[in-house]
Amino acid sequence: MARVVLQRVLQSLPTLFFLTFLSFGLLHIVPGGPAVIMLGNNATPQLIAQLNRSMGLNKPIYVQYAIWLEHLLHGNLGYAYTQHASVLSLIGENLPRTLILVLTAIVLSHAISIWLGVMQATRNATRRDHAISVGTYFFYCMPVFWLGLMVVSVFAVDLRWFPSGGISNPLSTGSPVADYIDHLFLPVVVLVIGTVAGWTRFVRGSMVETLDQDYIRTARAKGISELRVFYVHALRNSIIPLITLAGMSLPGLFSGALIIEMIFNYPGMGLLFWNAAQQRDFPVLMAVVLMVGVLGILGNLLADLLYAMVDPRIRYS
Amino acid sequence: MSTSESSEAVALKSSASDDVWMPRSSSRTERVWQHPLARWGIIVLLAIIGFSFVGPSVYRASAYTLHMTALLQPPSARFPLGTNNLGRNMLARLMLGGQTSLEVGFAAAIAGMTIGVVYGLVAGYSGGFVDALMMRIVDMLRAIPGLFLLLFVDAMVKPSPLILVFLIAGISWHGVSRLVRGEVLRIRSEGYVEAAVAAGASKGLIMRQYLFPNAIGVIIVSTTFAIADAILAVAGLSFLGLGLPPPLPNWGAMLANSMAYLPQNAWWLVYPPGFIILLTVLSINFIGDGVRAAFGRGVRRSARRGA
Repeated sequence: MARVVLQRVLQSLPTLFFLTFLSFGLLHIVPGGPAVIMLGNNATPQLIAQLNRSMGLNKPIYVQYAIWLEHLLHGNLGYAYTQHASVLSLIGENLPRTLILVLTAIVLSHAISIWLGVMQATRNATRRDHAISVGTYFFYCMPVFWLGLMVVSVFAVDLRWFPSGGISNPLSTGSPVADYIDHLFLPVVVLVIGTVAGWTRFVRGSMVETLDQDYIRTARAKGISELRVFYVHALRNSIIPLITLAGMSLPGLFSGALIIEMIFNYPGMGLLFWNAAQQRDFPVLMAVVLMVGVLGILGNLLADLLYAMVDPRIRYS
Repeated sequence: MSTSESSEAVALKSSASDDVWMPRSSSRTERVWQHPLARWGIIVLLAIIGFSFVGPSVYRASAYTLHMTALLQPPSARFPLGTNNLGRNMLARLMLGGQTSLEVGFAAAIAGMTIGVVYGLVAGYSGGFVDALMMRIVDMLRAIPGLFLLLFVDAMVKPSPLILVFLIAGISWHGVSRLVRGEVLRIRSEGYVEAAVAAGASKGLIMRQYLFPNAIGVIIVSTTFAIADAILAVAGLSFLGLGLPPPLPNWGAMLANSMAYLPQNAWWLVYPPGFIILLTVLSINFIGDGVRAAFGRGVRRSARRGA
């Protein structure tokens, strides 16, 4: 097992190299660098050249990339141009918030989509099955940002049940944790609805297929109770593909989180990235792309390992 | 086409919306039309296309004129869908916005499909080292959140519809290439391909004559779903302010603008654009389900959502 993990980690290094190389190249070949943005109206060719020199942007791209890689190997992600903080500290501040958002959404989405999907499959072709199908289809096709807007407009603006954005209320008198959960609630709900819509359809399809297998008929013939057949025999086999699906959809979840962070003004990696893109803050952009790439690869790796753990037919050797 | 009766029945059973439906006609086009959801999908999609492209020549109000005396007005007889913060007619903008959204969405999906199909065909048929290398590249792209990459490029270059088409195609082609490669590997091991190879047919001829026609079902089905995804992606990017520059309207940007007027409860800015995006994507997905059923092979919908 350890060897497989090591092998996969080594295999993912070229991916990360390629990703950072691509992003770095894209950043630097495009005109209108950070100096122009930072200087704004005061920009003169001399000042731009001077600032570029001080930021090391006047060197050839490959030299800059080599320097960036060398710093990376020393754990140095650089210093943000605009926020006057080291990139590492910015990531350290924002990454946990995005992880909390995404991981909470993943856990809840699993629970809900398995529950709904199994309910549909066991009551195949009943009115409830159709109702859930229509619902999941509807939300599957709904743009996540529109859903976010409507949720804000109803639950934050009209009903005032939840805050419309941010992560804390300075006037709050309760515990900070409760305050944070209050702010986390709506973003998680929006992310979960989108994810559940896709996954439920998947669980249902997989479960219906499994229930058609010979070993299910055997189990029933042995006189095992229907509940046990569903939840022990069938469910275990039909949710295995869901693990892979969850691992593979991690990059997609980060994309979803980006939009949600924008709507709810939730200061995570997405918002950090978006602001950095506006400011051409190269070190921050590179660091976020790298982090998100690493997390995407880790998600895939984790999914593969989990897959091997729950499915004894799969052996990594 | 190797759509035997049994594989069709299996595909039907495992299709996501497996309403009890049996094809009555042998022609594929007719079979799609007989699929109840797909029929409604086609009708609604045609209605939306008509609304966007024919609409402006029927409803002749300008989408750009600023009505300074009617800023942020709710729907009325003069402005059926109200006006925005600049006093622009929202109905006219919804029509015009549809043109951009649909054009870019369709073009991006078709461009992405073309790249993905050619890539998948070549990788699957070449096999060996070339295939391994090509699939490693696809794996790399798969690990990257598309939206981040899009934002990255989009923030750097001045967006235009054409650039947007290529950007969305650039992050969406790899899903299809995996699918097509899988199909090619399956078809390659069929007896008729082996017979053609034994008879000395060239690689190009085999790809054109055997692989492409037999993979076409998978290709058409995923194109349909890719169009829906691309329309969502265009809307999403525009929503983030990175799609197409104003004043040219598009549905995503219209939603983005409405965000600032939520506290004033400007519901007429929020609901129509969102609803029409939803309706478009829904109808295309319905058509996709119908096409999948008509081709009779289970093509799993990729789980990717959004960009």
